[in-house]
Amino acid sequence: MTTPRVVTWDPAIAQTIIEEFKSKPGALLPLLHAIQERFSYIPEEAVGLIATALKQTRAEIHGVISFYHHFRTKQPGRHVVELCRAEACQALGARRLEAYAKSMLGVDYHQTTPDNNITLEPVYCLGNCSCGPSVRVGDEIYADVDTQRFDELVDNLKTDRLEVQ
Amino acid sequence: MTFCIHVPSDTTAKALGADRLTKLLAATANERKVDLSIKRNGTRALYWLEPLIEVETKQGRFGFGPVKEADIDSLFDAEFWHGDVVHPLALGLVEDIPYLKQQQRLTFARAGVIDPLSLADYQAKEGYRGLKNALAMDAQPLVDEIKASGLRGRGGAAFPTGIKWQTVLDAPAEQKYVVCNADEGDSGTFADRLVMECDPFMLIEGMTIAGLAVGATQGYIYLRSEYPLAFKTLHDAITIAYENNLLGAGILGSDKHFDLEVRLGAGAYICGEETSLLESLEGKRGLVRAKPPLPAIVGLFGQPTVVNNVLSLAAVPFILDKGAQAYADYGMGRSLGTLPFQLAGNVKQGGLVELAFGPTLRELMFDFGGGTRNGRPLKAVQVGGPLGAYLPESQWDTPLDYEAFAKEGAVLGHGGVVMFDDSVDMSEQARFSMEFCVAESCGKCTPCRIGSTRGVEVIDRIRSGENVDDNMTLLSDLCETMVDGSLCAMGGMTPFPVQSAMKHFKDDFIKRAASTTNAEEI
Repeated sequence: MTTPRVVTWDPAIAQTIIEEFKSKPGALLPLLHAIQERFSYIPEEAVGLIATALKQTRAEIHGVISFYHHFRTKQPGRHVVELCRAEACQALGARRLEAYAKSMLGVDYHQTTPDNNITLEPVYCLGNCSCGPSVRVGDEIYADVDTQRFDELVDNLKTDRLEVQ
Repeated sequence: MTFCIHVPSDTTAKALGADRLTKLLAATANERKVDLSIKRNGTRALYWLEPLIEVETKQGRFGFGPVKEADIDSLFDAEFWHGDVVHPLALGLVEDIPYLKQQQRLTFARAGVIDPLSLADYQAKEGYRGLKNALAMDAQPLVDEIKASGLRGRGGAAFPTGIKWQTVLDAPAEQKYVVCNADEGDSGTFADRLVMECDPFMLIEGMTIAGLAVGATQGYIYLRSEYPLAFKTLHDAITIAYENNLLGAGILGSDKHFDLEVRLGAGAYICGEETSLLESLEGKRGLVRAKPPLPAIVGLFGQPTVVNNVLSLAAVPFILDKGAQAYADYGMGRSLGTLPFQLAGNVKQGGLVELAFGPTLRELMFDFGGGTRNGRPLKAVQVGGPLGAYLPESQWDTPLDYEAFAKEGAVLGHGGVVMFDDSVDMSEQARFSMEFCVAESCGKCTPCRIGSTRGVEVIDRIRSGENVDDNMTLLSDLCETMVDGSLCAMGGMTPFPVQSAMKHFKDDFIKRAASTTNAEEI
C-alpha cells in the first residue's frame, strides 16, 4: 500500500518539472501528471507557471485541468480510495459497497474524512471486471471487495500498517 | 535439482494476492529446503482459478488454483513441484483445461506463458518474426497483407484496418504518426490491459510494423491512467526494445526508424473516441472533433495518423509472421480472425476467451462462463461496454459476429460481456447509462451534454411513478434525438442500453413505478 508523500508547495521544484516537460510535443498532460505526482494535486500557483512556460493562458490550462477527472486542485487526504462504479462491478454488488463506504467513512465522493486520512473517489472501471467489486488505493488494485474486506482495507489505512508485499 | 514454477503477475492476479503468495512460496521453499525457481508469468486469464500457480515439467505445465495463503503448507506437503500430484487444487495440465483448450488463442498465445519483460521469451515464441518479414517488404505489399487478412478495428467500430492504413500511406506528409488507442474504458473489458501487462512486445512490434507500412516514424500509446501496472510494464518493455535496436533509428540493422512513447490519459472515458484522444495527446481538453477530415488525413498535430486499438495492432505480428490467409482462415462472413471476448460481471468462470467469430453468445456465457457466479438465473447481459445494448434471453443465440449483432440492434464492440442475475433492476441500469453519459460527455454537442441530463431526470420520474406512459414516450423520443443528433458514439450510443432495457425489460420500469406509487399511497 502506498502512502503518498505530503509535499508542500515549492515553486523551484515545480519549475524544474516544467522545464523537463515543456518542449515535448503535446506537453501539457504529461506535465500535469508530473506535477500531481509530486505535490499530490495541482496547486493554483502551478497554473500560472505552466501557462507562462507553454505560452498559453491560465484559462486554457485551467480548462484542461477541469476537463479530466484524474486531476485534482485540492490537496487530498493521505490515501485516495477509488471505488469502481461501472457495470461489471455493479453486477457483483458495487452499489451496495458504494453505499456502505460512504456511510462508513461519513463522506460522499470527492470528499475527505475529517481526520484527513481518506479521500473517496469514484472510478469507472479498473479492468478487473471478472473479480469485482474493485477498489484502487494508490497504485494497488483490490479484487472481490465486499463490505467486510472494505473494512479491513480501511483499517489498514487508518493504522498505517504497511502490508507485507 | 531446481524446480521451476510460475506465479501470475497481472493486475487481477495481484489484486487476488499473487505478490504476497510469491513471497510466502519463496519463504516456505527456503524453510523446507526445496530448490524452487519462481518466475512471474503474465496470466492465462482464467480468472476464477487465480492465483493459478504453474509447475514446469517435461510433460508440460501443471496447474494449481485458486491458491490461497492457507494452501501453501498442503501444497508443499504434496510436493507440488513435481506437477502431477494429488491435491485438492490440482488442475492437471493447464493447456488441457477445457476453457483454455477450446479457445483459438492467436493474439493471446503467449499470455501467461512467458515472462512479459523477457525479450528472449518473446522471441523464443515467434516474437519479432513478423517485423523481420515486414522489414524485407515495401510499404504497399505490407498494407495489402493487412487488407487480405480481413482484420477489422477491434476497438468497437470494426472498420477495416487495411483501408485505414492505405489512406495514411497515400496521404503525402513529412511526418506521420501511429497512435495506439489504449484507453480501454469499457466496463467488462480487459483484453488490452492483458496485452500490455502480459505480452507488451507484441504491441510494440505491431506498432513498429504499422509505422513501416504507412511511413510513420513516431508512435504514441495513449494509455488510461486507471492502468498503473500496464504503464510500468510498457515503459520497461519500450526501454528494453530501444536497448536491443528494436526501436529508434536503424531498426535491426535496416534504414528504418520508429520511435515510441507511452502517454497517460487522465480519467476521461471520452478520450477513447479517436478524435478526442488526439486532442488529449496534443495537450488539450478531450473535445471530439467533427469528421471529416478523418484522422487518417488530418490527425495528430494535423498530420496523417493511424489510430488503432491495442488488439488491432496486437494482431499484426501474427499476420506478418504466418501470412494474411492464416488469420483469415478463422471467423465467419465479414468477421474474420479471432476476437478476444471478456467474460465479466456476475459470471462463474470469468476471464478471457479468444475465439474465432461465430459461436453464439449463449455458448460463450454458459459453456465457457458456466452461468452466474452466485448460481441465480441470468437475466440480462450487456455486450460491448457501457454503450452496448442489454440482451435478454431471446437474443442469446445470436452468433458472435459484427453483422449478426448489428441486426439485433446490438454491438460486439470491444468484446466485453457483462452478465447480470435476476436481481438486477433494469430501470436502474438504464438510469446509470444516462448518468454515465452526464459524467463523461465532452460537452461539445447538445444532444449528448443536455440529453443525458434530461435522460436521468425522465427515468427518475418514471421510476417514481409520475405519468409513466407519457414519460416512457418522452424517453423514447429523447433517445432517438441523441442517436440521430450526437456528434460521436458517446451520445449516439448511450441510448442503446436504455432503449434495449425499455424494449426487453419494460416490466422493470412499470413495476418500479407501481411499487413507488403504492408505497406513497400507504
